[in-house]
Amino acid sequence: MSFINYASREINCKIVYYGPGLCGKTTNLQYIYQKTANESKGKMISLATESERTLFFDFLPLALGEVRGFKTRFHLYTVPGQVFYDASRKLILKGVDGIVFVADSQEERMDANIESLENLKENLEEQGYDLYKLPFVIQYNKQDLPNISPIEELRRFLNPTKVPEFKACAMSGVGVFETLKAIAKLVLMDLKKGTR
Amino acid sequence: MLNTQTTFVLYDEEAEKVKEVIDNLLKASNAKSIYLIDKNGQMIASTGNVAEIDATSLASLTAGNIAATGGLAKLIGEKEFAIQFHEGEKDNIHISIVGSRVILVVIFDQRSSLGLVRLRVKKASNTLTTIFDEISAKENAQDGMPGRANPFAEITDDDIDNLFS
Repeated sequence: MSFINYASREINCKIVYYGPGLCGKTTNLQYIYQKTANESKGKMISLATESERTLFFDFLPLALGEVRGFKTRFHLYTVPGQVFYDASRKLILKGVDGIVFVADSQEERMDANIESLENLKENLEEQGYDLYKLPFVIQYNKQDLPNISPIEELRRFLNPTKVPEFKACAMSGVGVFETLKAIAKLVLMDLKKGTR
Repeated sequence: MLNTQTTFVLYDEEAEKVKEVIDNLLKASNAKSIYLIDKNGQMIASTGNVAEIDATSLASLTAGNIAATGGLAKLIGEKEFAIQFHEGEKDNIHISIVGSRVILVVIFDQRSSLGLVRLRVKKASNTLTTIFDEISAKENAQDGMPGRANPFAEITDDDIDNLFS
C-alpha cells in the first residue's frame, strides 16, 4: 500500500525482494546502499543471524527525487529466504507495492527457485493479492558462476507470463540498478493508473 | 478499516489534526518524543525531540515488531497485543496499536512514568481513532474516482524516466 502524504509532499512505496535462501537478496540491497549518494539513502537495517543469514528482514530507504512536486521514497525490504522462516515472510509482504523475485541461476537451485516462487504466490494470495497483477520483475542472479541453467530454462520455469527480467551478478553489481529501476517504474505506473 | 490494498492518502487537514493530538500528548505525558506510524512502516507524524533518532529506521523496525508480535498473538489465539513496553536504562518505549490500524510510539525517560504515559495514551488513542475513521470515510467516498485523490494520475513516462537520469 503506497502512502501519499500531502502534508510533507511525499509518496512512499514498499518494494520486497523475494527468493530462495542465499540467492542474493541482501547482496542486492547492499550494492544499492554502497552505490547510492548519502543524501538519497537512509540507514540500512539488517536483522540477521550471527552467520549473516537474514533472520527477519533487511530494510533500505531510498529517495529517488521529485515527481510533480512530491518526493518519491522507496522502502526496499528483503525477506528471509530459508524455507522455515515462512511466518516472517508473510509479515513482510503486507502492504507491498512491488516485488522483485531474485532467482539463483545455478542449475542445482532450480528446485529452490520454483519452490520459493510458489511460496510467494501462496503468501500473496493469502492476503488477497495476485502476483501477476502486482508490479513484478525477475532477476536471474549469479550469472557469473559456471554451472548456471540456460536462460531459456529459467524463463520457462520462472517467468511464464514474461514480466521484465534481468540477468545479474549482485556481488559485482551487474543488473542490480536495472532491476531496481524497472520495479520502481512499474510501481509508479501502477500508482498513475490508480487501480489498486 | 483502512483498505490494505489501496493507496493511503493523508491530506493537510487530517495531518494537522493528527499533529495537534500528538503535540498535546507530548506535553500531557511529559514524553521525549512521539511517533505515529502506519502498520506498513510508513511514518505518519512525529513530535518532540525527534532529531536524535533515525525516524525511518524507527518506523520500519516498529512495524516489523508489531507484525511479529501480532503473529505471536494469533498463534496463541489472541487478536493482537495492543500494548508493548520496553524498559531501558534511561529511555523507555511505549508502543500501542490505535484503532487496529496505526502504531503510536512514545519515548520517555525518568521525567515521566509508565502509568502517566499509559493514561494519556489511552485518551489520545480515542481521538486518533476518530480522525482515522474520518480518513477511511474520505477514502471510501473517493472510491471510483481514483484520479481525485491521486496526484500521480497525470504523470508521464518522461516524469518517471527523469527520476533515473
